[in-house]
Amino acid sequence: MVIAAILLIGVLWSLFTAARAADPLMGAHAAMFLIAMTVGAFALISHLSSGHVVDENAYETGIVKAGVVASVFWGIAGFLVGVVIAAQLAFPSLLYFPELAWTNFGRLRPLHTSAVIFAFGGNVLIATSFYVVQRTSRARLWGGLTPWFVFWGYNLFIVIAATGYLMGITQSKEYAEPEWYADIWLTIVWVAYLLVFLGTLLKRKEPHIYVANWFYLAFIVTIAMLHIVNNLAVPVSLTGSKSYSLFSGVQDALTQWWYGHNAVGFFLTAGFLAIMYYFIPKKAERPVYSYRLSIVHFWSLIFLYIWAGPHHLHYTALPEWAQTLGMTFSIMLWMPSWGGMINGLMTLSGAWDKLRTDPVLRMMVVSVAFYGMSTFEGPLMSIRSVNSLSHYTDWTIGHVHSGALGWVGYISFGALYCLVPWLWKRKALYSRALVEWHFWISTLGILLYITSMWVSGIMQGLMWRAYNEFGFLEFSFVETVEAMHPYYIIRMVGGLLFLIGAFVMAYNLWRTARGDIREKEYARDAALAAAPAE
Amino acid sequence: MLNRHEIFEKRSLLLTVAILFVVAIGGVVEIAPLFYLESTIEKVKGVRPYSPLELAGRNIYIREGCYTCHSQMVRPLRDEVERYGHYSLAAESMYDHPFQWGSKRSGPDLARVGGKYSDAWHQQHLIDPRSVVPESIMPPYAFLDKRELDYSNVEAWLKANRAVGVPYTDEMIENAKTDLEAQIDPFSDVYDEFLARYPNAQIRNFDGDARSVSEMDAMIAYLQVLGTMVDFSTYEPEENYR
Repeated sequence: MVIAAILLIGVLWSLFTAARAADPLMGAHAAMFLIAMTVGAFALISHLSSGHVVDENAYETGIVKAGVVASVFWGIAGFLVGVVIAAQLAFPSLLYFPELAWTNFGRLRPLHTSAVIFAFGGNVLIATSFYVVQRTSRARLWGGLTPWFVFWGYNLFIVIAATGYLMGITQSKEYAEPEWYADIWLTIVWVAYLLVFLGTLLKRKEPHIYVANWFYLAFIVTIAMLHIVNNLAVPVSLTGSKSYSLFSGVQDALTQWWYGHNAVGFFLTAGFLAIMYYFIPKKAERPVYSYRLSIVHFWSLIFLYIWAGPHHLHYTALPEWAQTLGMTFSIMLWMPSWGGMINGLMTLSGAWDKLRTDPVLRMMVVSVAFYGMSTFEGPLMSIRSVNSLSHYTDWTIGHVHSGALGWVGYISFGALYCLVPWLWKRKALYSRALVEWHFWISTLGILLYITSMWVSGIMQGLMWRAYNEFGFLEFSFVETVEAMHPYYIIRMVGGLLFLIGAFVMAYNLWRTARGDIREKEYARDAALAAAPAE
Repeated sequence: MLNRHEIFEKRSLLLTVAILFVVAIGGVVEIAPLFYLESTIEKVKGVRPYSPLELAGRNIYIREGCYTCHSQMVRPLRDEVERYGHYSLAAESMYDHPFQWGSKRSGPDLARVGGKYSDAWHQQHLIDPRSVVPESIMPPYAFLDKRELDYSNVEAWLKANRAVGVPYTDEMIENAKTDLEAQIDPFSDVYDEFLARYPNAQIRNFDGDARSVSEMDAMIAYLQVLGTMVDFSTYEPEENYR
């Protein structure tokens, strides 16, 4: 009923806005909303009239399947845009078009970041959280069709955000670029997400809430808080796309990086730690290493992360006390981060041999290792004197990608490789050899990416502050840009390898879902298993 | 003590509330004081709200995602001050909704770019960056030169800014359209009134084409005002120590 009401209000709002749009961009978005709402209403009606009976004792798996497909699609789209913008920085005279505003780096970069974080990462989180919460609660998802509203509503938000960037609709707050109406829509969807998750927990048949669900819950609750506060704005017109942020200058900067750093902390860390806590024990067939450690690191992680935002604003006009506070908490954050890493890695105690035979498990373990590395690098870069060198350079970009490609990417790929055979009820993946290929191609890509960005970032930082023997600045700005050229090419190649790896995965998953299997790989296993021990 | 954790593990609503409480603390302690501590933003002379044309340029700067490669925040480090000029003050972005400090310098900082280059240089550089800086990796913005600026909503822009705290007066809002046009016309009838409303604003045709207001006019007007509002010959940092 509530969904029907939301769809109806959505139809009315978008009709009204489309008819009276203050600018053509808003008109385009209102039309998209209108189409989506109408299709949604028809889907709802046809579903209700079909008399479909739900088995309340069975798990809802259709939604997880849809999430898996969406994750793979958005992942490839996001990586592809990343490769394109990396190529633009390497070959600017080839890949820019003076008359095509939407092809410029400034519009494509938000498209890349939002596509990988929110479209790929978000769909992975929605899919896995819906899977994990059902299994660990032994209960069907709460809310009837509400999970489907969450899935389609969230993906509509993605489409609105992505098309908005291309048309030039942006608030310019990093990772919170979508304008006010998209933000309101996401808030509605997010509340529904929280209700589905909590509703399922409330009707669970297990006495305890499993640790993965603590992390999912923290992710959902905190993202809601961050999203609402950071996006407070006054629209120019209720039928126009433009708005002005409620805060300005210093206050806006800190609010933004409170949001921005915790988008990393809660979207890209807490949410994916939840994936680690379910899929690694499952795949390794071992219990989580330490229950106590998971309690301590959960609460300390979520408490400390929130404070770390100001390290994005060292030496700026932000008051120094806030910078110092941010730096202190960022360094302390190292401990709970490594607590999580240790808990993940040590879960393999007694099952380390599986790293040789199970490439999916290996991918997830390497992911946790990357998590450990980037959560060591992060506190290092948050130290004010280190930050004076690293800030504004590619070192930051390298750091982000060691976390994003290594940690978030690999743990997601691992979860997808687990989920597809489970959901489509296949005995095994189509090919383990292809997982090996995916692993090695992408690992090479990540290494090229992060090492080239380390070198170019530190080099650029040092060049900016270099003085010659007469006490003058040694390099003009553009000389530092010129020096980065080879590293931008290496970075592009690294990104390309990562993209190729994702294509290999998509092919493998598609064949698995179809029910294919590469007989000769598994025949060898069977032969080995059948051979008597010497 | 860890055995007591059961309390949270068995009650999902309590767990939710506890999480919300724990994650709220940091933001409350760090962000809230910035709104009432007077020492957050030092008092300086000269910072005024953007003129309508500058604000229009700022909208385009945001629309094109310039912040993805250009910061507007000079840090108080020797090399930065020598390269870009006086370090940025909090007061200089107090009317920036949202802030444009940026996080990455694929291109140079722009906090003090105003007045450093001629309008013609900016125009040529925006049309084809590599024609003036061969090593540049910046995208070309030739379309700005051809597009007429859509300022039909200019009063609404000012009103929305006033709603979030920028001190635009009724007079400024009423005259927004004429002020916008006046800034590219050195012979306009409202020259003096415009300057009274926006002291030290630069009045000239920015893109060399007097027939219409282009997006290029707005963009250059914005770039040329960046970092020029505060007169640093009279600025005494010690006065702001508390």
